[in-house]
Amino acid sequence: MKLRQIAELLQARVLSSADMLDTEVQNAFCCDMMSDVLAFATNQSVLITGLLNPQVVRTAMMLDMHCIVFINGKEPTPEIVSLADANDIVIMVTEESMFRAAGTLFDTGLLNAEEE
Amino acid sequence: MPAPLNFHFDIDGEDFSSAGEASVEMKKKLRQLGFPPDVIRRCSIAMYEGEINMVIHANGGSADVAVYPDKVVIVLEDHGPGIPNVELAMQEGYSTASEQIHNMGFGAGMGLPNMKRYTQSLEIETQVGVGTKLTMVVSV
Repeated sequence: MKLRQIAELLQARVLSSADMLDTEVQNAFCCDMMSDVLAFATNQSVLITGLLNPQVVRTAMMLDMHCIVFINGKEPTPEIVSLADANDIVIMVTEESMFRAAGTLFDTGLLNAEEE
Repeated sequence: MPAPLNFHFDIDGEDFSSAGEASVEMKKKLRQLGFPPDVIRRCSIAMYEGEINMVIHANGGSADVAVYPDKVVIVLEDHGPGIPNVELAMQEGYSTASEQIHNMGFGAGMGLPNMKRYTQSLEIETQVGVGTKLTMVVSV
């Protein structure tokens, strides 16, 4: 699935690296604890989170993730957006809850990152 | 064995939001050197967890990375409070981090276990009141 489709499915606003929306991804991981993301998520995935700080972007960078979806309409700070922009990571904001965002993407066949 | 490429990083303990910058730098260097993505990821995660720990618990420290053709050795050193019980600290879920750190997405008690998970060896030298030195080896 392309990141562009994820944005459409979640009716999300894209805030960074819009030129990367044609990137293909196969899996996603939902979590607010970055240590758990580092422990259990594999590469090439989408991070769905409600946590808002620059460490979310650095965690995604360490794992070569392509996209971070902030749920519940949570608005990242300019610092977070510019860090993602500088590292080709797409940031999206959806009004959906984590449960609904994950369910919507799971329904389309996007897998849990742990299963890859 | 040929002489390694050495990189030194100072870890600023004052600012949590900048934690991880040294790991990002090391990751870029390993990528430039052409290491496989899996090796780069393991090194990055292990060093990043160490960096976060140094900022959370020890007011910063230093990281020295020695890059060999067949392995990467990461040495993290701080002058923080030390680890009173290493065995306990190695247990997944055990953490002494504050509520504030939990709210920032860390302190789940996965730091040291993650460092062990992603490296071939993790050696911990620590003394209460003096500091901690971690030596991690990632084989290529």
